Amino acid sequence: MFALVDCNNFYASCERIFQPSLNDKPIAILSNNDGCVIARSNEVKRLGLPMGAPAHKFSSFFRQYDVKVFSSNYPLYGDMSNRVMDVLRQFTPEVEVYSIDEAFLHFQGFENYDMEQYAREMQKRVLKWTGMPVSIGVGPTKALSKVANRVAKKFNHKTNNVYVINSNFKRIKALKWLPISSVWGIGRQHARRLAFKQIETAHDFTQLSDEWVRKEMSVVGLRLKKELEGISTIPLELKRSPKKAIATTRSFESLIESYEEMRERVSTFASLCAEKLRAQSSDCNAVYVFVRSNPFSAKHPQYRNSTLIGMPFATRSTLTITKYALRGLEQIFRKNIKYKKAGVIVTGIVPSKSKQMTLFDREDYRHNLLMSSIDKIHQRYGPHKIKLANQDINRTFKMKQTQLSPRYTTDVRHIIKVK
Amino acid sequence: MKKSINLEFYSPEVNNKLNVWLSEEGVSAGFPSPANDFKELRISLDKVVVKNEAATFYARVVGQSMIDAGIDDGDLIVIDKSLEPKDGKIAVCFIDGEFTVKRLKVRKGVVWLVPENKNYKPLKISDESELIIWGIVTHVLKSF
Repeated sequence: MFALVDCNNFYASCERIFQPSLNDKPIAILSNNDGCVIARSNEVKRLGLPMGAPAHKFSSFFRQYDVKVFSSNYPLYGDMSNRVMDVLRQFTPEVEVYSIDEAFLHFQGFENYDMEQYAREMQKRVLKWTGMPVSIGVGPTKALSKVANRVAKKFNHKTNNVYVINSNFKRIKALKWLPISSVWGIGRQHARRLAFKQIETAHDFTQLSDEWVRKEMSVVGLRLKKELEGISTIPLELKRSPKKAIATTRSFESLIESYEEMRERVSTFASLCAEKLRAQSSDCNAVYVFVRSNPFSAKHPQYRNSTLIGMPFATRSTLTITKYALRGLEQIFRKNIKYKKAGVIVTGIVPSKSKQMTLFDREDYRHNLLMSSIDKIHQRYGPHKIKLANQDINRTFKMKQTQLSPRYTTDVRHIIKVK
Repeated sequence: MKKSINLEFYSPEVNNKLNVWLSEEGVSAGFPSPANDFKELRISLDKVVVKNEAATFYARVVGQSMIDAGIDDGDLIVIDKSLEPKDGKIAVCFIDGEFTVKRLKVRKGVVWLVPENKNYKPLKISDESELIIWGIVTHVLKSF
């Protein structure tokens, strides 16, 4: 059997654990830089606050309904997530951390277990130990555990947030209830095409012929169909595959117009990408740079552009990646634009150990020595201690985080106070 | 027929590992340290204090309501959320909008939050009051 465990209103719950007076109160969490709403408590959903709502347009809404607004506190969320995952690992060795607030669990050799009781025990222990409320769906395949999880949440007054699909009857009942667009792995485009064929529910989808599904939705679609029929085709991904692209993008606190300042930002983003790249022992072959103005501003001219620069060899050097990123910026930067956002994405990622060597061009070997020294210094003395000369020494990421909660679990100066 | 030659390519590992010069045992040809076979890890306070990492949280004490239990203003307390609240345990509770640390007392099915300072009064938990027993205090760390 598989289980999908996910945290209820994860970000809001993290805040509530350390501020229990916010239980039952509407909570909204904002993206980096306090840009838009990225997480909502059930109470604020009911008030009609949409996901992704730009914060500046909703300040009177927040005041009117007394919504408690938070800047995103990733150090806290990351730590709470790790705690939840640690507790889950006590119940089975096979845990796939699917996202910050979700995990797939695989149960092999649990045939004699009452899975519902076992799931409730998991739910209870996670809540007791970490304070985090979770919903659990259990089924014979990953896709069905996801379906069961939706049932558990939707009918929580009956299920208490645990639902097990362990019979054909329950499977069909759940699939007949679930709209096809809500099925895990069915994107908007497939949903639209299926709607043309009068496929409305997950159950309708399983009634299609294998041939049609394979032809129209490739083997991925067919696998999903089998999963919904109760035949497991998608195994747990226990090893995190290295990321295919690494991005560092930021919205600016205040608009940037000067080329020098933009060069500084892009250098910093490129350096951060290089550091992330080295942290996963990879090299990259290309760097993508983009800039854009503020689309919400009517009074300034709008501009957005991006470019992909291929590099002559795979590298993980901050110096090289920054050099090419700046070359990209030079191509796309335009004067008299007020820029709101920029970013650097490194791609064409290969493991450092098995990269393709080229005959004539390669990274200066001294770069790798320098980079590993820099990484060691950062490990010991904290990040951002060594910068390129074209980066601003004094500038660290000054994110706009006006509503930031304390880092209760990762900074001893921020721990809760008790009387 | 042409014989195929299998060539296996390797990337040279250019990262030299020689940036650490100091060898713990020195490079002399002398007698190796007799303690080497009996190496143990140095004592870690974390291991002594944290029995359940996922469930351990810390808090700073404000005020002197627990002074007779050795918990003073400014002390750091270690909280284990996984432990069951019981009569006699010191617990961090959330009541009336704030966190408080008190000793739990259960008498005839009634829960009391008992301070350890004679200037403070025990608090009876009525059915209406919303009490969250947040975690059990296992250690207190003082700085002098």
